[in-house]
Amino acid sequence: MSDQTAHGSRRRPEAGSPGDGPLIPSAATETWSGFLRPDGRKGVRNLVLVIYTVECAQHVAHAIAASEEDVHVIGFPGCYDNAYAIRLMLALARHPNVGAVLSVGLGCEYTQPQKIAETVRASGRPADWFFIQQSGGTKSSVAKGKEIVAGLRSQIRRETPREPMTLADLVVGCECGGSDGTSGLAGNPTVGAFFDLLVNAGGRAVFEETVEMIGLREHMLARAASPVAARQLGDAYDKAARYCQSVRQYSVSPGNFAGGLTTIEEKSLGAFAKSGSRPIQGVIRVAEAPRGPGLWILDSVPDDHFMQFGFTNPNDTEGIMDLISAGAQIVLFVTGRGSVIGSPIAPLIKVTGNSATYRAMVEDMDFDAGRVLTGELTLAQAGRELADLILRVARGEPSKPEGLNHREYFITYKHQNAPGLEAGCRV
Amino acid sequence: MNPRCFQIKSQDNVATLIDDAPAGPVEIIGAGRRQTAAGEPIARGHKMALADIAAGSAVIKFGARIGHATQAINSGAWVHLHNLASDLDERSATLDLRSGAPTDTASAYV
Repeated sequence: MSDQTAHGSRRRPEAGSPGDGPLIPSAATETWSGFLRPDGRKGVRNLVLVIYTVECAQHVAHAIAASEEDVHVIGFPGCYDNAYAIRLMLALARHPNVGAVLSVGLGCEYTQPQKIAETVRASGRPADWFFIQQSGGTKSSVAKGKEIVAGLRSQIRRETPREPMTLADLVVGCECGGSDGTSGLAGNPTVGAFFDLLVNAGGRAVFEETVEMIGLREHMLARAASPVAARQLGDAYDKAARYCQSVRQYSVSPGNFAGGLTTIEEKSLGAFAKSGSRPIQGVIRVAEAPRGPGLWILDSVPDDHFMQFGFTNPNDTEGIMDLISAGAQIVLFVTGRGSVIGSPIAPLIKVTGNSATYRAMVEDMDFDAGRVLTGELTLAQAGRELADLILRVARGEPSKPEGLNHREYFITYKHQNAPGLEAGCRV
Repeated sequence: MNPRCFQIKSQDNVATLIDDAPAGPVEIIGAGRRQTAAGEPIARGHKMALADIAAGSAVIKFGARIGHATQAINSGAWVHLHNLASDLDERSATLDLRSGAPTDTASAYV
């Protein structure tokens, strides 16, 4: 299956693959106006991000952002800091869709809002910070924060350069959750058809959930773009398999079996269908951007650590945060049973392979891929139609969750190895 | 209209029902386009054999092996926990055939 002889080279998709046929010229060459960041990456939104550094500052952070246009919130609940969570928050703070940052602390926690602001400023973005304990309590801190974000917002609206963007500038992530029998048949394959189209256009596609690739070791390795990628895929697979063996549980539930799935291999193949058919360039980890164009797997499984803590994806929102930390300007969420979550920073687009779910939850669902099952659309047509929707969202049209102001986030303690990290879970 | 099942790849020997099917004719859509017959009632979302599958041989879906047949499976039969097992996950073979509920931890519910 590895049809790529040299890193970065592309050839026409094989006949019969979901990406078959010429790219629709409109999607491949269409340009829109993006927000140019100092590192050269381009955003599809121009946001101020408020970051709180302990649960005690959570209320004030949300009150600052309440009813403010283009101001989103993330934060970390723990008083004790965690290097993984700090790396994740800094990746989100320097995301292409983020133009400026306000970091708010209570005043006695380990995580340092001043250091966050300084690191963000070093990326060329305006940033500010304060402690609530030094600002006179809730009301005066909220008033101070609102004044700061208003200033940051007008500064980035005034000063951010606009640049033309194409599909080649996009990083798109995909996560699935609330899956049913249609997810592997229609929802995930439709994303796979779009991912083929995105990769053919020079863009970057990221998917995750290596614990849902169990049973597919050879299948995955056959997709590796290079020997280096094959080694990375093998290592990530083996870690995920060790993790499942050590917790004595595979990622498959009674509801999956009752719904007709019989084996973990079958569930894994359905989840893996979101990868499309292009070669896999390698494995990235949380808070790491893809190292080049093409299709990438994100490894969010905790690494071995003396404290043995952290879960792979404790919920769907945590996985979505991981994909945004890789620089995804837009994230796709495939759900068969239906879901009502959204995300801060990067618009979430909801795809369902179940037309009944689409009709029942149309106020939350963006795309009905169930039409593939009835024969109304081919997979390739569904991928192109999804590309058109993604382009509209990239131009500024709100996705359904975005329009509903869904901005769920989840940042928790975990351990992943990182260069130069000697102090275990702490900074 | 006959109930339909969706075949993902032409080499698959099982397909997924997208309607509830009583025993009787079923339309294959997707990679295959023909009529076949269910040998027993099969619920939406569950799998039906598209060919005879010998005991011990591979069950193929998505063009790939999803496990092995634990007994001979006739074309048209319901394929699930009673006749298909994972090559990796031994626990799934102990689950209740219809509800998927675990049976190996029953003694913990006291």
